[in-house]
Parts: sequence; C-alpha cells; structure tokens
Amino acid sequence: MDSKMMVYILKRLLLAIVTIWLIVTITFFAMKAIPGGPFLSEKAVTQEVTDALNAKYGLDQPLMTQYFTYLKGILQFDFGPSLKSRGRDVIDIISEGFKVSGKLGIIAAGFAIGFGVTFGSIAAIKRNKLIDNTIMVTTTAFVAMPSFVIGSFLLIMFCVYWQIFPANGSLPGGMVLPTIALALYPMAYITRLTRSSMLDVLQQDYIRTARSKGVSNFLLIFKHSLKNALIPVITYIGPMIAYILTGSFVVEKIFSVPGLGRAFITAITNRDYPLIMGTTIFLATMVVLMNLVSDILYKVVDPRIDFS
Amino acid sequence: MKNNKLDKKVKLYNKPFSFHVNVESFIPATSEEKLQQVLLRESTSFWKDGLKRLWKNKVAMTCVFVISIIIIAIIFLPLMWPYSYEDQLGVSQGQSVDPSFSNLKPFEYGETELSIIADGGHLFPHIFGTDSAGRDYFIRVIYGARVSLAVGFFASLIVLIIGTLYGSIAGYIGGKLDLFMMRIVDIIYSLPDMLIIILLSVVLNQLFKETLANSVFASLGANMISIFVVFGLLYWVSMARLIRGQILSLKEQDYVLAARSIGASHGRIIRKHLLPNSISVIIISTALQIPSAIFTESFLSFLGLGVSAPMPSLGSLASAALSGVYSYTYRLIIPAVFISLIVLSLNLLGDGLRDAFDPKMKV
Repeated sequence: MDSKMMVYILKRLLLAIVTIWLIVTITFFAMKAIPGGPFLSEKAVTQEVTDALNAKYGLDQPLMTQYFTYLKGILQFDFGPSLKSRGRDVIDIISEGFKVSGKLGIIAAGFAIGFGVTFGSIAAIKRNKLIDNTIMVTTTAFVAMPSFVIGSFLLIMFCVYWQIFPANGSLPGGMVLPTIALALYPMAYITRLTRSSMLDVLQQDYIRTARSKGVSNFLLIFKHSLKNALIPVITYIGPMIAYILTGSFVVEKIFSVPGLGRAFITAITNRDYPLIMGTTIFLATMVVLMNLVSDILYKVVDPRIDFS
Repeated sequence: MKNNKLDKKVKLYNKPFSFHVNVESFIPATSEEKLQQVLLRESTSFWKDGLKRLWKNKVAMTCVFVISIIIIAIIFLPLMWPYSYEDQLGVSQGQSVDPSFSNLKPFEYGETELSIIADGGHLFPHIFGTDSAGRDYFIRVIYGARVSLAVGFFASLIVLIIGTLYGSIAGYIGGKLDLFMMRIVDIIYSLPDMLIIILLSVVLNQLFKETLANSVFASLGANMISIFVVFGLLYWVSMARLIRGQILSLKEQDYVLAARSIGASHGRIIRKHLLPNSISVIIISTALQIPSAIFTESFLSFLGLGVSAPMPSLGSLASAALSGVYSYTYRLIIPAVFISLIVLSLNLLGDGLRDAFDPKMKV
C-alpha cells in the first residue's frame, strides 16, 4: 500500500470519527432538550424522590459535566442504565437485541448479494430476452415498494392465506419471512446494478478477444468479467447496511422479531431516553464504519480511481 | 437579360475608393438560392424538444395519467364525500357508542344503517368498509394519500430551495468558501439519515407539542413539522452537490465572461444565466426526490412517528391494519397498494423525465 492510499484511509477515518462524535453530541443534546425530564411521565412523586432519582442518574450536574461523563462512558462501552426497564443496562439490551438482528441482517445481506449478483449476471448475458425483461420488471416493482409494503405482502401471502410460515419471529421457521422481506429491496437493487455494470464489462475488448479465442461462457463470466463487474456493487455495501439496519425496524415490528429494531421502536414509544441514545449511537456507528469499509475496499479493488 | 443588368451594376460599384465591401454578396438572391433557406424542420426550444420526447415515452405518459387521476381524486373527492375522515359514525354526544358501525366489510351496511335504509333513507355505501372506530375507510385512504403527496411535494420544495441556494453559492464563489461548504456537505452526507430523522422527530414532537396546539398546524401535528424540519436539515445535500457541479462547469462559459464584462452583478449572473441552464438537473433531481420523500414519510408513519391521529397517513393506516390482518386483510392491502402505486409512478416518471431532459443521455 503506497502513501497516497494511507493518507486517504487516514482522512476517511478522521471523517468517520468526526461524524460519530457529531452524532453522539446531537443525540445527547437533543435528548436533553426535551422539556420535562425523563421522570415526568411517571406517577407524581415528591420532590425528595425526584431529587434522589436525579442524583442517582447524575442528572443534577451541570450540562457540560453530564456531557463529558457520557462521552467517557461511551468510550468504555457504558451507555448507562435503562430508564424504563429497571435493573438492566442499556448495553445489555443492545447486545441481546443485536444478537438476533445481526444474524437476521447478515443472512439478509448475503441473500441479497448472492441472488442479486446471480440474477443480474443472468439478465446481462441474456440481454433483451424474456428472462431479462422479467427480471427488470420484477426488480423495478420491488425497488419502488417501501419495506413495510413488502413485509406486509409477505405476511399476508404466507401467513394468512397459505399458512406456511408462522407470523412470529420467535417460533421455529419464523425467521425465514423477515429475512426475505429485508433482503428483497437490496437484492432488486443489486440485480439492476450488476446487470448494468456487467453489460458494460461484456462490451469491453478483452471480453471480445476471449470470446473469439473460444473461451466458454462459464469461464467468461466467472474468470474474466465478474470481478470487474462487481466493483459498483462494493460501493453499494455501505448504503445497503444502512438500509438493512433501518429496514429491520419495520420488519421486526411486522413479524414480532425480538431484535434491536423492535427494542428501539419500543424505546421511542416509551420515551426511554438512555436506550434511545445508546441504540442511535450504536446503529449510527455501524453505518458510518460500514461506509468507511466500503469506501476503502472500493479504492483497494479499483486501481484506476483517483484519490480525491 | 437580367444578368447583363446585374453585371453592369456590379461593374458600377466595383470602383476604387469604395467601401471595399464585396458588393456581390448584396445582390438580391436568385430563386435557387432562396430554396436553400427553406427550413426542413421547425425550430424547437429546449422545453418543446424535451416534452416531445417525454410524450413519446409510453411508460412515463401512463404514470402522468395515473398521478393526475390520484391528484384529482384527492382534491375533489373529500369535497363531495358524505363521510369525514375523523367522524366516528357510531359515536354521538350523550349516547352510548353504537357498535354496528365498526368493522364493516366493503359495501356492507351495519344494523343501524340497514334500519335507516329500511325507513327510506339513502346511505352512501362504504366502498372500503369502516375501521375499528367506525370511520369510513375509503375517505381515510384518500386523506392518507393527500398527506403523503403533500409531504412529498413540500419536502422536495424545501430541498430544492435550500440545495439550490447552497450549491450555487458554493459553486459560483469557489475557492476556500467552496471547500468549507463542501466539507460540511460531506459530514452531513455521511450521517445516517433515518436515525437522525427518528431522533429529531421524537425531540421536536415534544418541543412543539404545546406551541402548535393552537395554531394552524394543529391538525397536522408536531410530527409533520418535524419531518419538514428534518428534511430541510438533511436532504438538501445531494441537490447542493449536483447544482454545484453544474455551476462549476457552466461558470467558465463565454457568456458568463461577457455578462461580467458589461457589469452584471453576481446575483444576476446566477439568476439569469447559470440557474436557467441547470434546469434539467434541477427538474430531474426534484422529480426523483418526491417519491423518496413519500417513502420516508410512510416509513415514519408506519413506526408511529408521522402525522398524529386522527389525521391518517398511508403508513399509519397500514400499521393499524397489522393487528387485524387475519380477519380484515383488505385493510392492509389497500394502503400498501396505494403507496406502491404512487411511489412507482413517480419513480418511473422521474426516469422518463431524465431520459427526456438530460442532455448527456441524448442519443
């Protein structure tokens, strides 16, 4: 790796750290800006109890002190205790939820990339034939549908009418539908992306040379063109992870999956501020890091790109 | 004969000390020469050319048709529909709730309604039935579509104004200011938008609850305003980048130099020369921003962060229908289909506009 690459990586890393810090700060001050404080919705308590609660959670200290305490805590992965789920720390809730959501997300991502690249390549090779047109129409439809629409349709078709899969994510076999619901949009997007980039690659001269040499179709795709056609797909990894994270809120709600997304939505409805803050920071950090990885990977893979 | 006269005239004017003008170019044209000037095709402007291309695109024209029908429906139907979106039909002042109005299937009549019809009254049928609170579902869907389209439109307008202002200033002034402004754009661009929207919606909802209770926006709810605020804060960045790129490339053109040399102010140059030439970028970007805004609004409403009850949104209707999905499946299907239809049509229309107006894609 030459020095230009190192400089680029360092610059992007710095941007990522600044972004994460910004998110933490925005989240913190946004939560503090809400009037009334976190205990107002509880049943009326005496002043002494409120003071004791405030002292316990460190809410009676000046704002900037609270801010720096919070920052220090974050660096040690301590987000404080949850306000509404008494006795549980935010970090525990997050890690429990993430075990489920992470599995769901990774499988969905693998699904999306695997099938997306396959269908896109098929569509590119059999260009303008029936299979290509079918794939294009299907993907256009899926790309336009919001995640909850896709999830709702899957729920209706497979749980209500045909009763094949259970509607609850905790039951056995219940994870199939949420994974498909989450993966359909990225799969459609990756299919279209792969198809157009594969079409570009297939028109290159070196492919024509290989074909005229008599190289089989199979070798043509896998050995010569696939690697180059996948470059735009790599740039999509970052936004795809972001989509999967936010899409999980909806999918987990529809299919009652006990994951991080559902915990987040519940926290919002319950006004559990430490949990909201912790989850936002966690998810945002994941998104920023995945974007960073995706950008760096792109530069590593394609040496033609200028570092600017 | 004529030629002799012409020759004489030419010789007459080719004297020394004339204006050294080539007199032959001022002789009246012959009929052959006049034929060369006939236009084979009438001249077109940018708009006419693009619109003609758009007209030929069948898919885009279908989308225009669908969207026009939807817009006409959401403007005119609420005016003539006998039911209101928030009227709980079984509830009247001072009496106990009449449950026969709730959960009616499409075109079904409840007991009370049947007795009214038997007495000779006319009741407009509930085309989509009623929901669990006794409200006519069809008009709620119409109002939901109205909210979605209004949000899409106004949010895109906000993005357009802020993005164009920011991008044109950054692109035109250039130098250090441009670098600084683009750094800010980079940072905002890398923020995960959905999380910030959710966060700010929660915060602004609380902040605005009291102030908005008595104002014009009470029926929309604080969540709606927070969606607009968040859009104004976050989504203008891609528009700003596009405009800046366009202005950077147009800035070096000769007509800009000419305008500067006769003393045109910077504002005038941006307004009259640079922005009108970037219109294709602006149109295409805005046309694709609208379905994205509708997408986001329905997503937030589905999670419960959109417009507050009783104003319906297609997302919140779908969310409410989830609990009854085994018995009243149509209640989930209808808003979902509507949203998909709206977003799909707008996306295809945006693609069609891009094919018609983007100069780089002209074959």
